[in-house]
This record gives sequence, structure tokens and C-alpha cells, in this order.
Amino acid sequence: MPGPAGGEATIRVLRYDPDAGGAPRWQTYRVPYEPMDRVLDALHAIKWRADGTLAFRRSCGHGICGSDAMVINGQNALACKVLIKDLSQPITVEPIRGLPVHKDLVVDMEPFFDAYRKVLPFLVNDDPAPDRERLQSPADRARYDDTTKCILCAACTTSCPVFWGDGQYAGPAAIVNAHRFVFDSRDRASNERLAVLSDKVGAFRCRTVFNCTRACPRDIHVTRAIQEVKSEILKRRV
Amino acid sequence: MSLATRERTQTPAPAGGLELWTWFFMRISGIVLVFLVLGHFTIVHLLGEGVDRVNFAFVAGRWSSPLWQTWDWTMLTLGLIHGANGLRVVIDDYVRRDGLRAALKSALYVASLIFLLLGTLIIVAFDPAKGS
Repeated sequence: MPGPAGGEATIRVLRYDPDAGGAPRWQTYRVPYEPMDRVLDALHAIKWRADGTLAFRRSCGHGICGSDAMVINGQNALACKVLIKDLSQPITVEPIRGLPVHKDLVVDMEPFFDAYRKVLPFLVNDDPAPDRERLQSPADRARYDDTTKCILCAACTTSCPVFWGDGQYAGPAAIVNAHRFVFDSRDRASNERLAVLSDKVGAFRCRTVFNCTRACPRDIHVTRAIQEVKSEILKRRV
Repeated sequence: MSLATRERTQTPAPAGGLELWTWFFMRISGIVLVFLVLGHFTIVHLLGEGVDRVNFAFVAGRWSSPLWQTWDWTMLTLGLIHGANGLRVVIDDYVRRDGLRAALKSALYVASLIFLLLGTLIIVAFDPAKGS
């Protein structure tokens, strides 16, 4: 039963079916909701009880896996972290922008992961392995703490107007994940990562629009991380 | 086994190319332009009788001094290159067709160069006698 702030939500979903052809179209659903229901719960209600053809991604459903980033009322967000009661209605739900749409809310994430792979998003250290762990001071660990929080949901990259317009820009998420290793005292490949990011489609493409920082469901200071990468490239050249 | 004894061979330095240096130029020229432009406005438009006293003789007087020639030429050069680079970046961001992008950028570079040469010529070769 809907609680005090619950009721019936009107949800408009931007549908696209490649088999049917034609342009994407808006479809409106009415869904009963309870005060603590999230947009993901509404999408489940639609898919399970009203319209099984609706396609969207979700995995953990609790803000950790990063599968259900979508544009909700014009803002990039995780459907599993946004409460219906906090949104103005009708609620609009669209696929994240700048990536090819497979069907409904499911986009092709390959261009996003291609850029991610290019920055070598893993620890590189060919030094002989020590007897125990590779030690790191708390201060050294804190240097990149913020960028360890990324869950690769693509909310930042697909909120970036340069990524929309250009289609080649590495995007905020790839730079955030480079930052995580560039500033790791144990890593030995930071120059290789920074070389990738000083390319024309790298960090200097950032125009500090701050959409990425606003979109990040993990509250990473994305724009700051990108500026720190730019500064680091400059410092190593002068 | 001892702790780390061997550094992984790193590439000497990240390949910071044109994008790094144009980005750095925008920061530096932006800061310099704030002082040059505000100084220009204060001196020419606000102090004394303000903009009303600006006429041919006033400009001729200023440009007889190497200080004001240098000031104005620096302002012209930094402003032009700063603005042209800003437009280059906008073209790179939003023009997706290669041919159109190359054409627009070529036009931008040619126009900027012409304005830069014209401005330099006027400041350097200015002769008050020819204006009277």
C-alpha cells in the first residue's frame, strides 16, 4: 500500500526498438509507488507487470555496480539511487547521451570502455615483489582516495558536452581512472598514462563545464581530478 | 628478498604536445590580459577627462612612446591569439566533418594572421604626420 508520500507516479520513458525501426518515441506509464521506492523500482514494476518489452540494465540495484545510469528528469543519475518522491512529475527517463542506443535504455558501452582501457587502468609495477605487501603511507594513499570510488557507470562521461559533440574525447571517467593510478606512489606507468591523456582527445579537451562532477553518483570531484591530471602533465614537462 | 631495487624504465616524460602548450598559453595570456585591458580602460577611458579627450592627437601622442606601443601591441597579440585559439577549440569540439573543420580552421588562421599583421603595421609604422 502506498504510504503518506506515495501514490501513483507518471513515468515517461524514451523507447527505441531497432527491429521496429523509426525514431525513438515517448511512452507513458502509471505506476503505484511507496515513499521509499526508487526509479528502478518503477522500471521493475513496468517491466514485470505492465510491459515486458521495456529494456534497461541493472545488476546490484544498490548504487555499487553502476549498471543503471540513465537520464532522469534531464539529469544523469543511477535509477537505483533516486527516490520517486523526490522527483517532479511526470518523470522522464532517457538513455544516457553520446553512446549508440541498442534498445530503450540500453546503450553500447564499448566506446566508453575503449577509452577506459587506453589509460592502463591497473597497477603497473615490475619491481621484484617484496616479501609482504608494497607499503604505502596513509598520506600517499589519501592522494588518490577520491578517484578510487569510480564504479564506471558512465554518468560523468555521458553528461559531458565535449563527449557528445566530438565523439572522440576520452571522457571524464577514463581520466578519473588514470588519476587513480597516476597519483599512486606504487605505480610505475604514470608517464605512459599521461602521454595518452596529453593527446588531442585527452585531458586538455576538458572545458571545465562541471556536468561530470554534478552527475557523479559517487560524489567524486571529477573536474578537479581532470585539472590535477593537466597540472601533472605540465609539471613533468617544465 | 629485498625491497624494490629496480625502477621500471619509464618513458622520459609524457608527450605534452600542442594541446598542453595552448592550454598553458590560455592561462598565462588570460592573466596578463586582465591587467593589460583593465589598465587600458582605466588610463584611456576613465582617468582625466575620460574618453572625450581621445582623438587623433591623443593616439599620436601615446604611440610616440615605446611603452604604449609595447603595451598596445602586447594586448593586440595576446588578445588575438587567445581568441583565435578559443575559436579553434570550439571548432574542434563541435564541427564533426573533417573537411568543414579544416576549412573553418584555415579561414580562422588566415584571418587572425591578417589582423595581427595589420595591427602590428599600424602600431609600429604609425606616422602622425600622414594623418594631419
